[in-house]
Amino acid sequence: MTQLTTETERLSLVITIGGMPVRINAVDSNFLAMLQDRYAGYVNSSGEAEIEFDVDLTASPFADPDADVRVSQHNGRWALERGDFRAEWEPARRRGWIRQTANPYSIDAVLRIVHTLILARQGGFLLHSASAIRNGKAFLFAGVSEAGKTTISRLAPPDVTLLTDEISYVRKQNQGYVAYGTPFTGELAKLGENVSAPVSALYLLAKGAENRIDAVAPGEATRSLLANLLFFAEDEDLVQTIFHSAFEFVNRVPVSRLTFAPDARVWELIG
Amino acid sequence: MTKLYVARNPRVAARSLDGEMMIMSGRDSTLFTLNKTATILWQSADGHTSLDEIVEQRICSEFAVEPAMALQDAETLARELASHEILNISEQPIAQKTPVDGESR
Repeated sequence: MTQLTTETERLSLVITIGGMPVRINAVDSNFLAMLQDRYAGYVNSSGEAEIEFDVDLTASPFADPDADVRVSQHNGRWALERGDFRAEWEPARRRGWIRQTANPYSIDAVLRIVHTLILARQGGFLLHSASAIRNGKAFLFAGVSEAGKTTISRLAPPDVTLLTDEISYVRKQNQGYVAYGTPFTGELAKLGENVSAPVSALYLLAKGAENRIDAVAPGEATRSLLANLLFFAEDEDLVQTIFHSAFEFVNRVPVSRLTFAPDARVWELIG
Repeated sequence: MTKLYVARNPRVAARSLDGEMMIMSGRDSTLFTLNKTATILWQSADGHTSLDEIVEQRICSEFAVEPAMALQDAETLARELASHEILNISEQPIAQKTPVDGESR
């Protein structure tokens, strides 16, 4: 009798960012090898995962490849879509699927979105900021594009461990916050170290003629933090949660403005 | 003249910090920082105190302003906040549950 279905072997790897292991299943070994390379230092091929995604690789791009990202929830299921991917994630089942072409950028966007949703529920967030560890303490350097995130990362002395030059991973833990390394890179195109440390300070970056640190009023600190948060979901409850998380962070972590020249001596002010 | 009633939209996030009231729209995540007059209006918008009473009792007592002009400015402000879905506005009292201090938690 003719066999009507064939069992296709699914391969997988686990990408652990911020201590959250996510298993990626796919049938294409070349795609997984590409991810292995892209997320080097954050990947292991076995082990338990908190979330599992089946990746369905399509040959052709979607109808509108330039469509903006949309993230919405319906009946406990998140729908994620952009011009280059479609995805669903059901937190209760800890499973989801991603449909995309064989490229590393689409799945990177899905991972960022999923992590923002997980962190938001826990009082944490992804932040447009460089981050680094010095003397066992983590420092965040927030700013929009061209604010100096990559520059301050490039100027870091050898005793500094870079966590990221672009997107910081901040998780609430006990009475404080912990920053984790991320593979989400900016212009430096260098993955952060996969380590973590308690957050000691948030600096709002500004370029200037000299290196100095100035106090920032709590209102301005909160506004700046909110302006630099990565958050995509059209979800009123989660927006409220992340709004209050920003206030709580500013209440617990010192926030200052770091103006820098830029030259390496700025790091004499840090740590 | 028709009375207007204003009520805080319970679906927005609101928090006061050092006297500054910050509000984030749950619809599109837009952040608003209210000035002193708008903060008073927001905190007084309980749905059953009319706008002219708010102006008379809370705004004219705080600022040296002529009541008719203050009411006109407050109505403009209330309609602007309503356009962002921060306030609900009606010619009838609005029955809804809103936090007493205007802050969501």
